Amino acid sequence: MEREDQSIEAGTQQSEGRAQLAAPLERRSFLGLLFGVGSVGVTALISIGVASISALLSVPIVRFVLHPLSAKTTETAWSEIGAAEEFSAITIPVKRLMTVEQRDGWRKVISEKSVYVTKGKDGQLRVLSAICTHLGCSVPWIEAKGQFICPCHNGVFAPDGALISGPPPRGLDELETKIEGGRLLVRYQYFRQLVPTKEVIA
Amino acid sequence: MNQSLTTQEGSKLANRSRTSRVFEWFDERTGINKLLGKALDEPIPGGVRFAYIFGSGLLFLFISQVITGVFLAIYYVPSADHAHTTVAYITKEVTAGSFLRSLHSYGSSAVVVVLLLHVLQTFVYGSYKGRRELLWIAGCVLFALMAGMAFTGYLLPWDQKAYFATAVGTNIASEVPLVGEGIKRLMRGGADMGTLTLSRFFVAHVFLIPSVIFFFVAIHIYLFRKAGAAGPISEDPIAPKQKAESFYPRQLLMDLVFSLLLITALSVFSWLVPAELGPKANPSDTQFLPRPEWYYRPMFHWLKFWQGSQSFIGIIVIPTIVIVLFVGLPFIDRKLERRPWKRPVGVIVFALVFLSFVTLGVLSYRDDRRNPAVAAQIAKQRKETEEFMRTPFEPETASSSLAAANIALADPLAAQGKTIFEAQSCNSCHGDGGIGTPAGAKLIGVGAKMSPDQLITVLRQPTAKMAEGGMTPLKWKDDDMKAVVAYLRSLK
Ligand code: FES
Repeated sequence: MEREDQSIEAGTQQSEGRAQLAAPLERRSFLGLLFGVGSVGVTALISIGVASISALLSVPIVRFVLHPLSAKTTETAWSEIGAAEEFSAITIPVKRLMTVEQRDGWRKVISEKSVYVTKGKDGQLRVLSAICTHLGCSVPWIEAKGQFICPCHNGVFAPDGALISGPPPRGLDELETKIEGGRLLVRYQYFRQLVPTKEVIA
Repeated sequence: MNQSLTTQEGSKLANRSRTSRVFEWFDERTGINKLLGKALDEPIPGGVRFAYIFGSGLLFLFISQVITGVFLAIYYVPSADHAHTTVAYITKEVTAGSFLRSLHSYGSSAVVVVLLLHVLQTFVYGSYKGRRELLWIAGCVLFALMAGMAFTGYLLPWDQKAYFATAVGTNIASEVPLVGEGIKRLMRGGADMGTLTLSRFFVAHVFLIPSVIFFFVAIHIYLFRKAGAAGPISEDPIAPKQKAESFYPRQLLMDLVFSLLLITALSVFSWLVPAELGPKANPSDTQFLPRPEWYYRPMFHWLKFWQGSQSFIGIIVIPTIVIVLFVGLPFIDRKLERRPWKRPVGVIVFALVFLSFVTLGVLSYRDDRRNPAVAAQIAKQRKETEEFMRTPFEPETASSSLAAANIALADPLAAQGKTIFEAQSCNSCHGDGGIGTPAGAKLIGVGAKMSPDQLITVLRQPTAKMAEGGMTPLKWKDDDMKAVVAYLRSLK
């Protein structure tokens, strides 16, 4: 109790009862100190400290932010549409629904797309997208006529997808295929409409 | 030889004067030299010490939490549907994601540890004495805000433990008389835990509490500088007499060493034992035993002692007394005596409270181990978490076309309708699954606009607008028509 009173008194008497530095440093160039003009040893130590701390924090952060550069986020995977054998004897185009899975970061978009498995003039299996190259209607196979006929503006395509007549600028688009372990795999992609050459839309 | 030396020295001098001219230019416009001088020339009575590093350590940890937190938000989505998936994505797929999340998660524990050390140092040194009541109170507010950060952040991953621990946590609020239920509802955004709870906790964790923390950190530092460093226990806290040493450079170096130590320890931990994520919250799970983070364990155990009518005393009255005593410490203990052995009452009470916290925490863990049923359940939960961590990341299925296709398949009539829809080439114009094309309108959601009868009518006799678009009247059998309508109505 005694001590408390004394000290408070002492404190009030000395209005600036704060600790004083032996030599006030306010006139030093702190900017200079921080940028390496001051005492070399201290500046070096401070720089090393700050640099190591920042490095430890920023390296994982930069890698974290740059993740999309290395991740295949939007690439379409290969989807299976059946045993390759199943199509070896086909004479006319066969419609197949394929499930397309597209990765979009932490989610996937699953959709069903119809494609036609057909044979080219060389007898090789070809898989065609059923989307019309004109304005994008789904093109059905009209068996009675032996042609693909688009119901929207009467675009007509041959069994191998080649353009016969109508407004479409090119034949039906062929999709990339491969055979793995006897299964026919297809990579579904979208192509730009209304242009004469096949262009993938990313 | 001589000549070249002189030239070197000469160019050095020229360089130096050029840099100092740049500094001068900059300083004249910003006044930064004076500012830095003020910041760095803080006098510390009795000289610098490692005991004084905890405040800066906390500041550093807070900044680190802010930085890691901001970047985690790049991939995080605060909704009950996606939160868990996005955290799993961060943990399992994103480069350095597990590491960054661990830094943030363990960072919260580090904050608690350093906060306790800071309080302990302040108490043992009696640094709260001598016109430092407001400084102490600002510190207490920061303590509470940090506790709030830990509580709100815990829910965000939306895994089992997050969900159930927060359910228990928010339940405590309902013990408050009269307004308790209301508070609980407000915290949860409804009667039950759900996506609104997550939104609220997210906003509190990311916007509200941090901004208040920034504000109080500024106040805390300002009041600290106003009162001045208290110095060692032998020093007079109001009118220091011992020889003072500047904060710069030695105290700054000590603080830096501590921050470096903290971030290194956090990194090593994050690297060796990455923070885990459990399976997604399943509110219907009745078996799950929620256990909070270690620093909430004492409180968690304390709550177990109080049931029924007495719970008000244990959950509200006693904690309030402890808090009031703690916050009011500089008002209660007004003597300027700082040496711990000369103020036994305060030290003993403080030690007892601290020890009871430790004991409660230890008891909580011990009880869990001793009760075989509880131990088995906790072991099971552990295993589920480990299993979840082992399974590769499974992306969430977007609720687009396929969902509709699945519904269609579930109802045989709609499935039949789908077959007709495709066989009749409706999809040629209206798109697969009725998603629409340039040649035909989108049919998704048409069931909400028209009744089945209306649909049948317009299919048989299209409106003028439809006919203009190329729609032809359909002359199908009634059964086929019904099937297609069922399919159309399933398109959502
Ligand atoms: S969209 Fe197929 S012809 Fe126009």
